Amino acid sequence: MRVARLESEIDFDGWRTAARALRAEGVRPEAVVWTVERELFDQGLFPPHEGEGKAFGVPAAFVELARTVILHRSPERFALLYRILHRLERQPRLLDNPADTDVAKARDMAKGVGRAIHKMHAFVRFRRVEDVAPETPREQYVAWFEPAHRVTEAAAPFFARRFANMNWSILTPDACVHWDRAMLTMSAGADPADAPSQDAQEEMWRTYYASIFNPARLNPAMMKQEMPRRYWRNLPEAALIPDLIEKAQSRTETMVAAQPAKPSERVLKAALKHARGSYGEGNLTNLEEVAAGIQVCRRCDLWRDATQGVPGLGPARAALMIVGEQPGDQEDLQGVPFVGPAGQLLDRAMAQAGAPRDRVFVTNAVKHFKHEPRGKRRLHKTPDRGEVQACRWWLDAERRLVRPKVILALGATAVQAVFGKALPIGKTRGQRQALDGGELALVSWHPSFMLRIPDRDAKDRAYAELVTDLKQAWKLAG
Amino acid sequence: MAVLDLKRKLAILSDAAKYDASCASSGAEKRNSLGGKGVGSTEGMGICHAYAPDGRCISLLKILLTNFCIYDCAYCVNRVSSNVARARFSVKEVVDLTLNFYKRNYIEGLFLSSGVIRTGDYTMDEMVRVARSLRLDHDFRGYIHLKLIPEASPELAAEAGLYADRVSINVELPRDESLAVLAPEKDAAGIKKAMGRMRLHIEDRNEPVKAGRARPRRFASGQSTQLIVGADGARDGDILARSAALYGSYQLKRVYYSAFSPIPDGSARLPLSRPPLVREHRLYQADWLMRFYGFGQGEIVAPGEDLDLAVDPKTAWALRHRGDFPVDVNTADRETLLRTPGLGARGVDRILQARAQTRLTLDDVKRVCGSVKRAKPFIVTADWTPGAATDAEGLRAALVAPQQLSLF
Ligand code: SF4
Repeated sequence: MRVARLESEIDFDGWRTAARALRAEGVRPEAVVWTVERELFDQGLFPPHEGEGKAFGVPAAFVELARTVILHRSPERFALLYRILHRLERQPRLLDNPADTDVAKARDMAKGVGRAIHKMHAFVRFRRVEDVAPETPREQYVAWFEPAHRVTEAAAPFFARRFANMNWSILTPDACVHWDRAMLTMSAGADPADAPSQDAQEEMWRTYYASIFNPARLNPAMMKQEMPRRYWRNLPEAALIPDLIEKAQSRTETMVAAQPAKPSERVLKAALKHARGSYGEGNLTNLEEVAAGIQVCRRCDLWRDATQGVPGLGPARAALMIVGEQPGDQEDLQGVPFVGPAGQLLDRAMAQAGAPRDRVFVTNAVKHFKHEPRGKRRLHKTPDRGEVQACRWWLDAERRLVRPKVILALGATAVQAVFGKALPIGKTRGQRQALDGGELALVSWHPSFMLRIPDRDAKDRAYAELVTDLKQAWKLAG
Repeated sequence: MAVLDLKRKLAILSDAAKYDASCASSGAEKRNSLGGKGVGSTEGMGICHAYAPDGRCISLLKILLTNFCIYDCAYCVNRVSSNVARARFSVKEVVDLTLNFYKRNYIEGLFLSSGVIRTGDYTMDEMVRVARSLRLDHDFRGYIHLKLIPEASPELAAEAGLYADRVSINVELPRDESLAVLAPEKDAAGIKKAMGRMRLHIEDRNEPVKAGRARPRRFASGQSTQLIVGADGARDGDILARSAALYGSYQLKRVYYSAFSPIPDGSARLPLSRPPLVREHRLYQADWLMRFYGFGQGEIVAPGEDLDLAVDPKTAWALRHRGDFPVDVNTADRETLLRTPGLGARGVDRILQARAQTRLTLDDVKRVCGSVKRAKPFIVTADWTPGAATDAEGLRAALVAPQQLSLF
């Protein structure tokens, strides 16, 4: 039997040196006893502590795992780690098998340690210490804490990052850690009496704790799972728990039983005033009314998942009106037509055609964005005939008010809305047609169509045709 | 008016905040107080500093600036027609409370909401002043979440985003129509517009910075919202469809579901019964499936229908698709494994890792997934096949019994 003695419970370097030597000698895991006790086994054989074990390769993940596992309070951790180390010689990929019993156990321990660190970050409660030297006031805080595993050192850097400009100490039975706004130092374990016994803020904190929970949702099992009892002793708020639980039921009952109060007349009147009236048919006398009406329109279902209706934009009396399909993602968010990728393409084409955007009325056949959520994105969906038909009401109002000489319809949906029927764009583009309202109409490709064509040449051709059509429309309107 | 002491105010204004489900303090940019003058850090993952007897985590000082409110939303305890005790914090009081609590390691930061007093802009301005003072006067580097007042001006909302890590606007009711009935002064379109603007702000901030220019200052890294479940007649399918639309439209980090809860002095316009808490739980599970497991909303539950309360949504889906099971854990691809009841994302990753070395047995699966109780009828391992169990008549019943949730 070999005895390996370590300097402390968390002496990772000592464990590593010993393990290295033992494995180099080929000592089997069953033949080693690990201990930190001074007196015990004084007669035993010690493996050499320095230098004699030859270094050998192990996966970096093992060193990391071992560093964590050693902080666990389980007495068998040293032996378990040595057993894994020993097995790694023949199974170098052992750690990649989370189903292995030893590996699973070590991971469980590591998880426990991680959890203990996390709980320490969460459950340390600092108490402020009165200034020792009032002439140089500085904030000094001390906490008493009992971690589930030996994690004081490992948990300390977090507090240094968070409370960099305070002086603080955390005292635990294993070890104490201190921060002086520059350096972390460790000292031997302490006693609860060494820490201050209260802090004026605790009364406020308890008030908050008691008020923030909803008695109608009482669920102590869930609470205990996340805030294990072993920590309660040092949590100032935990003393309230039994009473809060006990009274929760009756508090809920009182709430439910209380008769609803009658809202005052004044309040009801105000509410009615705020409720919106619907837009009146036929009494739209200007574009502002159209824009407002679109916001509350319920003629089809598209308003529901859209952010807002997007009315047309441009001079109230423009000679040219361009009609697109419907707002896209960006238009929907900004409430402005043709500002997304297709809009940018249209801007470019208009500039090239010499048709200034600010002198043209730009609008869409359908005023709300039709889409389908796909994960974190919204996929454009072409509006159906019913929706185009329903929304035509608004387009017609815009046409009536703007009274353009020329309407350029971009894409099939716009054609449907402007002409009331479908026309093949490839065949009809370039031809001017008279509309019932007396306007001239032209059709062309929708810029988003160009964004979707994969073929470079076809794309360039369609774009050039759009520019040509814009030019013609602008000339006719001129 | 009597002057309330700070403790009494804290009691009133935290009590009034307890119906808001959001509490998370995760997803902030990493930062610490080293080299600064103040206090605070965020490490990506938030920390729950305590748990309340309702099982919910406490990570933030969640309070209202005031519970006075000019509105009369039926589901809200602070509505103008309610008879609850009222209070109002000063900006400085909130700042001091936050710092005092933070320095004692009680909290990760502040979650500030408010009833609307005078006007939306006036109220929002007060809230922004709290955040500004924390950040600029006290160099506070902890977490700040501000609840936006939808009708406040876009400039104020933008400034809020300058100091807050997260902003949110509560949609409250899953159906816009019910908002009109239960909260007549609230404007569903206005809420959506405010969320849309916030998404544009957040995206703007994430644009790559031109060379030589300084990055614009800190800006909220995300927004979230809350839906109240069970106050109107909306079905789970409608609620999830709304969430899916909200996630896609506004890039929300989270949608919180809050089971409508009896409130003191409840309004006569509300339903008398409260939805079972397990419904909220199922909605979170379904939401999770949509966000992390690649399920489409329509696959989980159709609009107009409700989730099965007795089994979790993934199991319910599997029971409807028995033909796709059992799956062999030693050969199935990741997507398929993720759709198997009882196998979580972590467990699936471990299965994939382990099977590169070994043919997994049922015990192996148990070791990496924690339990195989639910998965067993749906999987094949090196030493196990469910045989006819996958198609058995009584399978659903067998899966219900052992995991009946007792949330109350
Ligand atoms: S798309 Fe048109 S018809 Fe449909 S709701 Fe919007 S404005 Fe009304």
